Amino acid sequence: MRPIEIITQLLDLAAALVAAPLFVGWINQCRAWLQNRSAPSIWLPYRGIRKLFHKDAVIATRASALFRLAPYIVFGAMVLAAGIIPSMGTRLPVTRIADAIALVGLLATARVFMSLAAMDVGTAFGTLGARREMMVGFLAEPALLMVIFVASLISASTALPAITEHLATQTLGLYPSLAFTAVAFTMVLLAENARIPIDNPATHLELTMIHEALLLEYSARHLALMEWAAALKLFNYACIGFALFIPWGVSTVQGGPLALLASIPVLAAKLIAAGGVLALIETVSAKVRVFRAPEFLATAFLFAVLGLLVHLLLGA
Amino acid sequence: MSGVPLTVQLLNFCAALLLLLSFAMLSQRRIVNLVNLLAVQGSALLLATLLLAVRTGQHHLYVSAALTLGLKVILLPWLLHRLIRRLGVYWDAEPLLNISGTMLVGVLIVVFAFGLAQPISQLASTATRNAIGIAVAVVLLSFLMMITRRKAMSQVVGFLSMENGLFFGAMSATYGMPMVVEFGVALDVLVAVLVLGIFFFQIREQFDSLDLHHLESLREEAGGEGRN
Repeated sequence: MRPIEIITQLLDLAAALVAAPLFVGWINQCRAWLQNRSAPSIWLPYRGIRKLFHKDAVIATRASALFRLAPYIVFGAMVLAAGIIPSMGTRLPVTRIADAIALVGLLATARVFMSLAAMDVGTAFGTLGARREMMVGFLAEPALLMVIFVASLISASTALPAITEHLATQTLGLYPSLAFTAVAFTMVLLAENARIPIDNPATHLELTMIHEALLLEYSARHLALMEWAAALKLFNYACIGFALFIPWGVSTVQGGPLALLASIPVLAAKLIAAGGVLALIETVSAKVRVFRAPEFLATAFLFAVLGLLVHLLLGA
Repeated sequence: MSGVPLTVQLLNFCAALLLLLSFAMLSQRRIVNLVNLLAVQGSALLLATLLLAVRTGQHHLYVSAALTLGLKVILLPWLLHRLIRRLGVYWDAEPLLNISGTMLVGVLIVVFAFGLAQPISQLASTATRNAIGIAVAVVLLSFLMMITRRKAMSQVVGFLSMENGLFFGAMSATYGMPMVVEFGVALDVLVAVLVLGIFFFQIREQFDSLDLHHLESLREEAGGEGRN
């Protein structure tokens, strides 16, 4: 393992941990601007996490060890996932043990533990949230896998760095299949991260909520970890999107430390743009009923399958 | 991917767009949006024709591009919009199959069409031979739309979309049909829409609805007492 690989890996993890809450803050700020509200500070998610770490945890008397463990497992899974995704450089040593399919598995692990913890205490809201989360999850996962398969077919590898490397270094071409899958991926991102067409991230006590219902029983450091993990999840999804659809600017195998340094502002620019686009999508669309969520995700799956078919037929 | 000229890449992109628009039409419940999607499909077809004309330098393709622009992008959607306004039908009823089900059947149809077009693509020598499968898929998807919709309006839109698919198929297999045939088909389509427009009024007058399942039952007393 060469030192540059270790540096790339550490930088990748550090960027994910630091930038994830900032990314959420940026999206919230954009949303507030678009909706003519005065925007909250971009540092607000950090302050929330710090405040929660200083508080004493309150845990339900019926809660089992699973309830206490779940935040650490979820957070750990998200950090590991961040380590697999090439957000700045493609030389990540961790990816030798886990490819893109393992990445989907990691995200599923986090989801399962979150849902189990929500059902563990036995409140009605927790169970309701867990069921909805699993429904959204089992519909979104095949769509996400299909998206990854299309990119894998184009670059003949399931390892994310190899895909990014291939897409970033080849001559520029029009890929209709990637255009389809990009739409599918955006829909999966919105659904998986509890964004507006499926869930409203701004609500805290409503019958329609999914993500917040899962976290209702958590407090203090557990809640802080869960919120940080949610921010990491959003950041991870954004970085998967960058890796598959706008891979330019990452430091490739030929690039030295300078290329790695240059990829930091590129990533920042991509995140700023993605946050703006996400805020725009959330502002112009309305939340759909929970029972319409399968239709939304079926459309995402359809786009991904169409991308696959178009790739097989047109070879592009 | 490298080595494929830009015009062919753009043509492939147009083909993919046509397929996408067919699925968008399948999933659309509102008749007004359906007509708009038809106009967009016409525009994609126009773009594809122009690209092919630039690529091959065949002059008659410019004429058919002009025909597409005049007829499929401007005139027919305008006629249909006028019909919708005058008939006051803005909403389509629920289709026979639910939307997700139709979509899944649609994906199967696309797989079938791609398999069907494979031998034809191997025979063809045009730059766009890969798109033949997409043209067949667009035709079959329009068929599916005509089968799963009840209202006369959406069936006409399905019919026109099928014609778009056929046109695209001819274009990608043999760089377009002979000019006489093309003019004939264009005239046929125009007349068909005009005649169907008159039919709509007759159907509505007879049944107070544009739902075509009224036409399926035979009425014995016709001629005797006239309509009730």
